[in-house]
Amino acid sequence: MFDLQTLDKYKPIDDKMYQVMDKDGKVIIKNWKTGLSEDDLVQAYKDLLFERTADQMAISYQRQGRMFTYPPNLGQEAIHIASGKVIKAEDWLVPAFRELGAWLAKGVSLWEIFLYFKGHEDGSKFLNAARMLPVSVPIASQLLHAVGLAYAMKYKGEEAAVFGYVGDGGTSEGDFHEALNFAAVWDVPVVFVVQNNQFAISVPLKMQTRSKNLALKGLAYDVDSVLVDGNDFLAMHDVLAFAREHVLKKKRPFLIEARTYRRGAHTTSDDPTKYRSKEEEEHWAELDPAARLQSYLVSKKLWDPKDEEALIAGYKKFIDSEFDKAEAYPDYKLEDVFGFMYQEMPVELKRQMNNYQNFMNLEGAQK
Amino acid sequence: MKVMNMVQAITDGLDLMLTEDKNVVVYGEDVGVEGGVFRVTEGLQVKHGAGRVFDSPLAESGIAGTALGMAVAGMRPVIEMQFDGFVFPAMNQIISHVARFRNRTRGKFSVPMVIRIPYGGGINALEHHSESPEAYFGHTPGLKVVIPSTPYDAKGLLIAAIEDPDPVIYLEPKRIYRAIKQEVPEEKYSIEIGKAKVVNYGEHITVVAYGAMIREVQKAIVLAKEKGISVELIDLRTIWPIDRDTIRESLRKTGRLLVVTEAPQSYGPAAEIISIATEEAFLSLEAPPTRLTGFDTVIPLPLGEKYYMLTPPRIFHEIEKLVRY
Ligand SMILES: Cc1ncc(C[n+]2csc(CCOP(=O)(O)OP(=O)(O)O)c2C)c(N)n1
Ligand SMILES: [Mg+2]
Repeated sequence: MFDLQTLDKYKPIDDKMYQVMDKDGKVIIKNWKTGLSEDDLVQAYKDLLFERTADQMAISYQRQGRMFTYPPNLGQEAIHIASGKVIKAEDWLVPAFRELGAWLAKGVSLWEIFLYFKGHEDGSKFLNAARMLPVSVPIASQLLHAVGLAYAMKYKGEEAAVFGYVGDGGTSEGDFHEALNFAAVWDVPVVFVVQNNQFAISVPLKMQTRSKNLALKGLAYDVDSVLVDGNDFLAMHDVLAFAREHVLKKKRPFLIEARTYRRGAHTTSDDPTKYRSKEEEEHWAELDPAARLQSYLVSKKLWDPKDEEALIAGYKKFIDSEFDKAEAYPDYKLEDVFGFMYQEMPVELKRQMNNYQNFMNLEGAQK
Repeated sequence: MKVMNMVQAITDGLDLMLTEDKNVVVYGEDVGVEGGVFRVTEGLQVKHGAGRVFDSPLAESGIAGTALGMAVAGMRPVIEMQFDGFVFPAMNQIISHVARFRNRTRGKFSVPMVIRIPYGGGINALEHHSESPEAYFGHTPGLKVVIPSTPYDAKGLLIAAIEDPDPVIYLEPKRIYRAIKQEVPEEKYSIEIGKAKVVNYGEHITVVAYGAMIREVQKAIVLAKEKGISVELIDLRTIWPIDRDTIRESLRKTGRLLVVTEAPQSYGPAAEIISIATEEAFLSLEAPPTRLTGFDTVIPLPLGEKYYMLTPPRIFHEIEKLVRY
């Protein structure tokens, strides 16, 4: 469990990282207890396997030319699954673009994600995730939206927290700093989750900041902050659960630096061999979040790895069927280009749309 | 001479200027070790050192604002915005300072810097990776805005931009980065900023375009030729300061104008060009100057891009309508 005393013990200024498990899944904190039931823990591991399988399949769809650019999640799933367990239906999720498991937990359908990365705006509708913003590509810009949502929750007297995500690279943008400062000055319930996966495309963290860690950045704004092992599901869950309670009770922001590693490419158009070593990749592979959670569950006799193959085979079938749904989605229509620019389409836009349609209707004209 | 695509021609121009002028530095996101996401700065860090070609933190306002400081102190920074859609965080620096410093200080300080931006659609990209933001820059007094359409022009215009005493926005039509190969001189040459080029001579109609649209218009010209229509094509190459003379001379001859831009229509470059045409060649006009542009919509994600992107048949259709007017 993570509480105020723990927060006090893990001071970012001392560069201390909160960790529950070692790399072999052994609990290293004396008398530690989880806030999750055994069923929850097993389900978390299954969710993690699901995210990982869906992610791998997304990459292979992309390779087959059935989807465009896609940002892989491999290695960062513990953060996403722990988020999914903590974020409640009334809370807001404000994504960047690399939090697949958290989106799914919030109610996003996999076929919507596939549709989005196939290149259709309808994939951003998230029909079953009312309190989730769309993917935000302009780095760190979304954190200000998170602060605005948190202000609104407080203003309306709703007991709801906002979870805003950003990467390590994103902490260099001005918007990141403005968001922290606004949140602190306005006393609003927002949890900033910084997924420090060590790289911003090819640029390593040491070229991004001279801070010892990214949790430190919260302190200057008087935002309570902690550095956590992002590959340790148990630690991530502890901290996120604490953060949610903390921001709601205190109406204050909270910052989590989740230290992790992007084991895959930045996106499917990227080649990481250009900028990092095999040794480094192997080092982080040993800290993989799935293996650690699995070891923990096995040691508690909650899981038998023999069951995994069949489970994953079932996931693959389901994932394929979700991809089929995305592929069977109605063709992109001209109205899809124009129809959502304004509540009411201005005459000038109608004119432009009709002009195009008239051209397409022309007989004999080469198209 | 060496056969190069546009990426190689720009790399070559950067390499040449880095070699020739110690004041030139090149920086931005992923431009160092990675050599840029489009590989435009590939090999330059190894050759010129990490003190001159380097990665910056991920912050476009920071990149543009620091470049101003360097430029004021006599350096020649060439900065990269990774994609068109990511120049926006830098707009405050560009509009409020970069474009105005000379005027504000009555010439005491100038800002000789180049902002390179891969731009435009047609590459099946995620959102914010396909924008055509040239109007914002053309509309900002104090900037020059250059857009090459060939490897040869890319190198010559880049060198001119780096040597220019004022800030230059250098937009790179990424869709044709590797689509056109051409003989490019290995030595230094520059192309005058502010001068358009007639890339196809013709009698019946003038088409004005720039960047990736040049190639599309050229394909439309082939269709027109089959129908006996002779098209004069002007590649603007610089959208500000704009070359009135070339537009006027061509219109005096053809009397008909079509402007083709990928950028959205309203308040865009096409409107500017058409205004100039009516001011300069009103009495020669035989048909209403017309524009074929992107829609006034967000450029769609890949599955919808086919509607937005201008095709040779659509361009030809407008050409034919104007000639038959
Ligand atoms: C404002 C802005 N600038 C540049 C980019 C291009 N870009 C996309 S992802 C990325 C790196 C992001 O790094 P980080 O914040 O660490 O997130 P990660 O990709 O590692 O999850 C960059 C530079 C962008 N999307 N937005
Ligand atoms: Mg990162």
